[in-house]
Amino acid sequence: MTIHSVLVANRGEIAVRIIRAAKALGLRTVQVHSQADAGSLAVKLADEAIDIGPAAAKKSYLNIEAVLAAAKAAKVDAIHPGYGFLSENADFAEAVAAAGMKFVGPNAAAIRLLGDKVAARQVAARAGVPTVPGSDGRVCDLAEAAAIVSRIGFPVMIKAAAGGGGRGIRIAHGLEEFERHFPQASAEAAAAFGDGGLYIEKVIEKARHIEVQILGDGTNFVHCYERECSLQRRRQKVWEEAPAAGLPAEVRKRLCDSAVALARSVGYSGAGTVEYLYDDASRDFYFIEVNTRIQVEHPVTEMITGLDLVQEMLRIAGGQPLSVSQDDIAIAGHAIECRINAEDPHRGFMPGPGTVDTLAVPEGEGIRFDTMLFAGYAVPPFYDSLLGKLIVHGADRAACLAKLRTALAGLGISGIPTTVPLHQALAADADVAAGRFHTRFLENWLETKFAAPPSGTREVA
Amino acid sequence: MSKAEIKSPLPGMFYRRPSPESAPFKNDGDTVSAADVIGIVEVMKSFHEVTAGVDGNAIRFLVDDADAVMAGQALAEVEA
Repeated sequence: MTIHSVLVANRGEIAVRIIRAAKALGLRTVQVHSQADAGSLAVKLADEAIDIGPAAAKKSYLNIEAVLAAAKAAKVDAIHPGYGFLSENADFAEAVAAAGMKFVGPNAAAIRLLGDKVAARQVAARAGVPTVPGSDGRVCDLAEAAAIVSRIGFPVMIKAAAGGGGRGIRIAHGLEEFERHFPQASAEAAAAFGDGGLYIEKVIEKARHIEVQILGDGTNFVHCYERECSLQRRRQKVWEEAPAAGLPAEVRKRLCDSAVALARSVGYSGAGTVEYLYDDASRDFYFIEVNTRIQVEHPVTEMITGLDLVQEMLRIAGGQPLSVSQDDIAIAGHAIECRINAEDPHRGFMPGPGTVDTLAVPEGEGIRFDTMLFAGYAVPPFYDSLLGKLIVHGADRAACLAKLRTALAGLGISGIPTTVPLHQALAADADVAAGRFHTRFLENWLETKFAAPPSGTREVA
Repeated sequence: MSKAEIKSPLPGMFYRRPSPESAPFKNDGDTVSAADVIGIVEVMKSFHEVTAGVDGNAIRFLVDDADAVMAGQALAEVEA
């Protein structure tokens, strides 16, 4: 391998995960951290740690100059960006390459292309991947838009081409509503993003969120089967599984093959995820977007395939070809991941940073807990609320759920609120056990089956 | 005339404006009503409004925009 050292440009559980994977490959590890993370587990585990600035992510983890300066000072060969922060920042990937280091992920051009929602949709369509019915690109005027919606049918989503993170989206259920929303949406998009461009997509109701893990080395491309992430709250995934429950084998094959075709069409390098909506009733699936990074939920794929995706990413960045071919990758059993957040599910998911008094971690075959916690650790309030991920593997879905219930009972985190009670309730739910859910399931379930008294302060975003 | 402190209900990052481009909720010297929003605390990527909780005159901020604050820390004082 051409790399001997790697800098971890992230924090939390994924930083710990990357350090462990890098050490397993014999690489020297350098951890950058904000002043608020000086006492973090990643800092303790890494061979070297470098302070890159104040608590605010903008001044540390998102500060490209500070990260690059640390990488040069530590003389590393590569930078792993984890997820979030700079992981899908094409300018950063470009700057890393320009500084003579390897960015652990695809090149800047691929990040840029697949990060543009309209362009990614066109790439997918060209590779033969079904896309959500809608406009082929930007829609310029109301007449053109009305012609498209009469073809695809209601409800439709009007989205700002320049938008992101759920911003700039409106839903119309009929033509009158559509004609009213369209000019408003364009004016709002122009004001918010300096670009009034819109595109249109049909709303797929009661869809499941299914995504395919891909790996590429620029020449060879494989899929590592799919994950289901339908249990979401406010578009944030809460619970993930691999494989998707009850997915017909012929759908699985079409879905996974389409993801590989997309990866091949852009000469993809590194680990990536192609996200889809899947309609159980019609057995149709539709491309949504590509994430050009490792994802939070990657361990469920590792549990069913036996692969180490982070090690694979590091090897690819080191110039090695994929260590596996498609024939080597098979699904064994079933895995479920629960995201354990520092939030009180009984108080409107109010975040509760603070000090962990005691920590008990369940152990046993097929149980994994990816975390940055230790007893006495003060969880800072400045970053996201993810504390760790409990991942459980069983021979089949029923066995996995049974093991999950035991594992959750053995997970003891005291001193701060956590979402463990939410996962215990989900793991005991009949609909969840039967695999009867879709992307809107959890919000409704929380209101009707998991009564949460309103919290004292009002959340504004 | 007594001074009343407005305390942060949560630890996190304190913002005096609804968005980076907006004007501050309140300027030093402004009058406040109990229900007035004086800032936002960002804790773990979620945003929570801080209300004055007291009627008062001549608010004076004790922390800057985008400062890290602790739960219970005084954010501002008013003449109540």
